[in-house]
Amino acid sequence: MAEKAPGVLAVIHHGNAPTLYRPDNDFMSASKPGEARVVFEDDRVHYSGQYVAIIVAETLEQARYAAELVQVSYAVEDPTIETDAALDSAYLPDEFFGEKLTTTRGDPDVALSRAAVTHAATYTTPIEHHNPIEPSASVAVWNGDELTLYETTQWVAGARKTVAQTLGMPEEKIHIVSPFIGGGFGCKGFVWPHSILSAVAAKRVNRPVKLNLTRKHMFSACGHRSETKQYVQLGAERNGRLVAIDHDTVVQTSMVDEFVEACGNTSRFLYSCPNVRVRHRAVRVNVATPTPMRAPGENPGLFALESALDELAYLLNMDPVELRIVNHADVNEQARRPWSSKYLKECYRMGAERFGWAKRAPQPGSMRDGNVLVGWGMATATYPGIRSPGAAKVRLLQDGHVDVVSATQDMGGGTYTTMAQIAADVMGIAIERIRTVLGDSLLPPAPVSGGSMTTASILPATRKAAQDALSKLRHLAATMPASPFTNRRPDDIVAEGGRVFPKGAHPSSGLPYEDVLKRTNQTEIEGEGYTEPGPERDKYAFQSFGAQFVEVRVDPEIAKVQISRVVSAFDVGKIVNAKTARSQGYSGVVMGVGVALMEHTVYDSRDGSIITSNLADYAIPVNADTRSIDILFVDKPDPFIDSDGLGARGLGEITVTGVAPAVANAVYHATGRRIRDLPITPDKLL
Amino acid sequence: MSITPIDRLEFIRITAAATSVRKDTKSGVSVAPSASVTRALALRVNGEAVRLDVDTRVTLLDALREQLQLFGTKKGCDHGQCGACTVHVNGRRVLSCLTLAVMHDDDDIITVEGLERNGVLHPVQEAFIEHDAFQCGYCTAGQIMSAAALLNEPCGPSDDDVREQMSGNLCRCGAYPNIVAAIQSARGRA
Ligand code: FES
Ligand code: FES
Repeated sequence: MAEKAPGVLAVIHHGNAPTLYRPDNDFMSASKPGEARVVFEDDRVHYSGQYVAIIVAETLEQARYAAELVQVSYAVEDPTIETDAALDSAYLPDEFFGEKLTTTRGDPDVALSRAAVTHAATYTTPIEHHNPIEPSASVAVWNGDELTLYETTQWVAGARKTVAQTLGMPEEKIHIVSPFIGGGFGCKGFVWPHSILSAVAAKRVNRPVKLNLTRKHMFSACGHRSETKQYVQLGAERNGRLVAIDHDTVVQTSMVDEFVEACGNTSRFLYSCPNVRVRHRAVRVNVATPTPMRAPGENPGLFALESALDELAYLLNMDPVELRIVNHADVNEQARRPWSSKYLKECYRMGAERFGWAKRAPQPGSMRDGNVLVGWGMATATYPGIRSPGAAKVRLLQDGHVDVVSATQDMGGGTYTTMAQIAADVMGIAIERIRTVLGDSLLPPAPVSGGSMTTASILPATRKAAQDALSKLRHLAATMPASPFTNRRPDDIVAEGGRVFPKGAHPSSGLPYEDVLKRTNQTEIEGEGYTEPGPERDKYAFQSFGAQFVEVRVDPEIAKVQISRVVSAFDVGKIVNAKTARSQGYSGVVMGVGVALMEHTVYDSRDGSIITSNLADYAIPVNADTRSIDILFVDKPDPFIDSDGLGARGLGEITVTGVAPAVANAVYHATGRRIRDLPITPDKLL
Repeated sequence: MSITPIDRLEFIRITAAATSVRKDTKSGVSVAPSASVTRALALRVNGEAVRLDVDTRVTLLDALREQLQLFGTKKGCDHGQCGACTVHVNGRRVLSCLTLAVMHDDDDIITVEGLERNGVLHPVQEAFIEHDAFQCGYCTAGQIMSAAALLNEPCGPSDDDVREQMSGNLCRCGAYPNIVAAIQSARGRA
């Protein structure tokens, strides 16, 4: 029936889809589908929301109408949805993205049995969805045997390789364009089926096809954060020194791929402790495949660890900040390496001072404002200082403009701005003269916009490219006959502040950059920059740190929690741009408010359907949910992160990591109720 | 490979739309609308008279984007839950995804493209840039249209009043503190 509906051009499904190939499923080799199973690969439905057919029509309305007419018949089976229902079949995944998932240092069991004070509890976090306001979309345009995909992707290079392998095409025939991304937070990192479907559909109907995911699709078609159950045991001496940490996690993965939310990895080095065991188990459920979501692992992992530490602080009758300082890790004890740089104590100090932490009365329920219960809580924040190889080009044009180009992406964090800023700095020209072009697979290769790695990976390459452009300009000037540079070697020529001039002479004796191009009849000069991490990675541990302080106000009558104040202090190396950095800080804190108080995707365990697949039932923070937010930075360069002296680590993810535990700790302080199960909704406090 | 540049309007003309069918275990009788009916419509968009033939199922949002190629207005949910599609209809803020185009015969529509005057940005637009009131920018047109309308609405003076009245516009990038600062400064100026 759907085929005959008005305007319908094609109905594509398992029975008539072209042959598709499973691509390499390997992040490290830059081929990474969102899930290993290729769309329409078989006739089984593994989870609710899985694609069973695609309709192509002249208009959206016609396509939508025809989709209603499709009839699918199923042999019904009982799904497994809940973690507990699958616990018997839990298994131990070995590695994830190159990290061991189960490790033991020392003897935690003996240490726990001998510890003066112990704490043990289970912490749980729910399935969460990224929900960028821009839904994912793909527009496919074929030109003969070449394909251009206009994408919403955080990784054009990964998309090109993955799409090429899935379609069985050479990579050179695929062009990915994604100049702007309306937020991603991880759900646009890998290639999800819709990008393949738009390509297949466009080929079938022999014209461009646009495929936009609906908000409902966003809950099953581009990943989510797995539910987690984390059993944490801590052992300490009376003076607060940790003697044992045991962090045991169970996560969900799908029937069609493996993704592990590595909650415990941070627990191996965040504090100094001789006996540490970390274990991750996974269960397979009939839910779509999880994917990285802003600080994967750290975010739920720190909720458990930092809540547990707060509980320990109460058992020890110790200030929570003091407990963390007593257990400060001076080196990374898991990797057995010194930190490249670490100013966590400075974060505690700055944050506590701005927040007014010294005035805190520790007794739960002891700080009130009239009828309202006031609670103050804090937590440590952390995220690795990742860096990848990256390349950029800087082109100086005859009209005086400068193009800065790279196949990196900007999903809102400010990459356009900071790349232009670095190039303007090096070249000594106004930023208005710089044009940044990103998000195109034809540009110099760059890593995924994820893992907070863009700043450390791309800015050094940009700087190098700008320096290379200036060096080529000096060489060019040296060839100019009848000029101020006659008989000068390139080394005796200076290019800075927008002008080229003889060394030792006044800049005004030389020429503007563009005049050198004009007078040598060059249309442009292209500087290239490629940088990569080196042996410093084996010598140091690179990690960002922070401290987040939260004030909550709880109305005891209706158990409503209002987050009235958040102060966050971060050590992320050098701050490249104070304005965009502060905005990233706000961004993480606001998302953290959602994690702490509202976000929770609910499934119907009878049939696996998602009950909350819209933005009214899946609540995310609105403007009125956030009040005063203060973002502070230590702003000291990391001397080893790059050899170019920039000293900046990324900050997209660390900003969210400590918020939820700080809120939970503040809620306990306000109410005396310890909520170990996110989100902290009123029903749990009544 | 070579890239064939393709003109955006030409592109829109020839592009087909795709909708996926998904396994949704909540089955039931679908109440699909019957096949298309088209209506002629005359309205003003950003000050200009516009005539349109619309499928009666087309929302104002889709008519603006797909037929008038005004891409500033964004679709975040298509369900009246995010505010990304906010436009002004006869001077009031309206969620354009939640209203059918056919209902707007003779109406006066302003989208974010129509907010500036003679190349000068609206004070709210200026303030958004100054205060870095966006990150990815996807919610921004809706935020700006709401904020511009707010200037003419009864709204108390405090930051909390502004927060309350801007809470129909979701920003997943969490630009809220900067949005409030921008609006307060625009209110001071306007
Ligand atoms: S698209 Fe209209 S409110 Fe979300
Ligand atoms: S700026 Fe990205 S959603 Fe608001």
